[in-house]
Amino acid sequence: MDKFGFAQSQKFDTYASRLLPREEYFTSGHRSCQGCGEALAVRWVCKAIGKDAIIAHATGCMEIVSSGMPQTSWMHPWIHVAFENTAAVAAGIETGLKILARKGKIPEPLPAVVAMGGDGGTSDIGLQALSGALERGHNFTYVCWDNEAYMNTGIQRSSSTPYGAMTTTSPPGKRSIGQATWKKNMVAIAVAHGIPYVATASPSYVFDLYFKVRKAIETPGPAYIHVLSVCPTGWRSATDLSVRLGRLAVETGVFPLYEVVNGRYRLTVQPPKLRPVIDYLKPQGRFRHLRKPELDLIQRQTLAAYELLLAKCQAPYPEFPVLSHEEETIAEGA
Amino acid sequence: MSGQPASARRVGMEVSIAVSYAVQMARAEAIAAYPITPQTHIVEHLSSLVANGELEAEFINVESEHSALSACIGMSAAGARTYTATSAQGLALMHEILFITSGMRFPIVMTVANRALSAPLSIWNDHSDIMAARDIGWIQVFVKNGQEAYDHTLMAFKIAEHPEVLLPTIVNLDGFILSHVVEALEFLSQEDVDAFLPPYQPKYRLDPKKPVTMGAFAMPEIYTEVKYAHQVALSNSYGHILRVWDEWAGLTGRHYRPVESYLTEDARILFLTMGSLTEVAEVAVEEMRAQGLPVGLLSLRLWRPFPFDALREAVKGAELLIVCDRALSAGGPGGPVHSEVRNCLYPLETKPATVNYIIGLGGRDVPPKAFHDILARARQEAESGPTGEFFLYGVRG
Ligand SMILES: Cc1ncc(C[n+]2csc(CCOP(=O)(O)OP(=O)(O)O)c2C)c(N)n1
Ligand code: SF4
Ligand SMILES: [Mg+2]
Repeated sequence: MDKFGFAQSQKFDTYASRLLPREEYFTSGHRSCQGCGEALAVRWVCKAIGKDAIIAHATGCMEIVSSGMPQTSWMHPWIHVAFENTAAVAAGIETGLKILARKGKIPEPLPAVVAMGGDGGTSDIGLQALSGALERGHNFTYVCWDNEAYMNTGIQRSSSTPYGAMTTTSPPGKRSIGQATWKKNMVAIAVAHGIPYVATASPSYVFDLYFKVRKAIETPGPAYIHVLSVCPTGWRSATDLSVRLGRLAVETGVFPLYEVVNGRYRLTVQPPKLRPVIDYLKPQGRFRHLRKPELDLIQRQTLAAYELLLAKCQAPYPEFPVLSHEEETIAEGA
Repeated sequence: MSGQPASARRVGMEVSIAVSYAVQMARAEAIAAYPITPQTHIVEHLSSLVANGELEAEFINVESEHSALSACIGMSAAGARTYTATSAQGLALMHEILFITSGMRFPIVMTVANRALSAPLSIWNDHSDIMAARDIGWIQVFVKNGQEAYDHTLMAFKIAEHPEVLLPTIVNLDGFILSHVVEALEFLSQEDVDAFLPPYQPKYRLDPKKPVTMGAFAMPEIYTEVKYAHQVALSNSYGHILRVWDEWAGLTGRHYRPVESYLTEDARILFLTMGSLTEVAEVAVEEMRAQGLPVGLLSLRLWRPFPFDALREAVKGAELLIVCDRALSAGGPGGPVHSEVRNCLYPLETKPATVNYIIGLGGRDVPPKAFHDILARARQEAESGPTGEFFLYGVRG
């Protein structure tokens, strides 16, 4: 699995895609927006999960676009209960299966249990239920679709919205630069529960995502996967740029791809050179109002966070972009 | 006692423990609960039954009541016989999920050890918790003593899981007043319970071999129809409830009715109570009868589905109905039970006048004397006209 890193995936692109499952478990006909990165992520995660699984889904875009009575896009047995309790529902399913198997009422091996929810349903309102389920050690995988806001209700900020981003409840104005807080580190929170498997993933890196999901499913105990899901509607980005933006998030170091196995960090995609964050921010209308000081701040924070992550991963440093104050110093010196 | 099975045994124990044994004898498979006084003894005892291998079940120690009911939904959707219990703040925290449980038709059984809602915080009994959850679409029963708590817990599973019912069911028992008293009661043998309550056969469950989508959302074109189906199922559950109760009577000799009557023959004045207040009222009504007063007692056992016809029948011939509520709908018409009872009787051409007394809030003791006071005052009101929408009995200041 290790070989499916960044550089290698370039080679695999040509033929390995044929080895991935052709079955569709998240079927077409759902109502997501054009270019929805979240729907793309769902499609690939469902392929990786495989047929023998049960899904519990939180309220949010992916639930709403896919399950209008009497239709469904889900080929898996699937349940939606509410916004903030998906981890508890999944915990219940896992426990229910366990007792039924113990009483000989259903055959083993048991299907995988997967919970899915948006960043709001995960890092805000559903955090308590998730923490409880992770702490209790249920054998399930939780997948967070992180499109960095409450998109289903009309692009309101969440604790996962990045610094400076414009949302309908963090609008830029005379006294506001947009979202004034830094993105909550949900991955670190999951890791802090001491669970066996945690990873970040992106549908722009399908092989990386695919094998992380497989690992999560096969790991006994709780696993958590945090998937960056580009949302052209909320990010004010072109619909044909979704996959590209997912790549830029990784190439700029804004959303590094890594996994944490039994507490040990490992970078799974290692760009040899980080691009400046502006490459990622510029195509997104939600950052349009930002000026140089904020952009610089975002650049510095991104690199600082990346350095910390590299230290945890004991990974070599890539080539960093030149910071603007360094640029100025260079210019002054010249 | 007639119909008493030879294998029944008499035991003396705390009512909470009896309820947990009922859950054990029902062979509940999946329990998720969060502790709150006065529900705690039930779930503590269940925990130990599971820990000792005396109940083959999984017990999830969830981190909140919201998650308790959510996990119960998950376990029920997986196909397991599922139970939980709570009180007051716990029930309030579940509120959102209460509606979803019934809307999705999961036959979960829950004991509510009734307790007052904050603020001010009170761990003591009244019915404000369950009355705030009146419209949750569950079957709801009230019990007056430990025997009834045991009986109705077992029957609740059979009712809830009937393929034509498939509705979650709450057994309400008064916190402390019932939950924490020691009573003599009769247990069925496990064989009799097994014969009465076969294993749960889920109609639908989450199974990769037969995938279904549960919890789809509804657009305006279909929402009303789904709600109507729920309403029809809940009102039709009435017949199934009576059948199960009749079967129980055949098994145990204990007959239950949606509206229970006590000394109502020729009664011109009726009290109406729910839960443990009923036994206190029975004492008071006996005393009143001894004084030659034409007083009787009704108690509402079945709260949902509301027993309209049975209540209309039960009040026939009475001139005055004194409805005793254990909750206050502040700024509203008084007690929730009274407002429903009045609603039920309104279409009748001949009907008793009704007055509403709210008693026993937040654990305030209600001795038999209270009913004598209320009777005197109510008769006055009946003569000179009611003094208000309701009367808060015993309030100072
Ligand atoms: C208790 C509760 N509060 C609020 C809502 C309204 N609500 C539904 S979805 C949603 C936002 C979902 O955001 P997220 O979890 O990030 O998923 P996304 O739609 O962005 O994929 C909100 C606020 C709700 N359904 N339930
Ligand atoms: S709002 Fe965003 S996440 Fe939601 S369906 Fe549209 S593109 Fe996808
Ligand atoms: Mg979101």
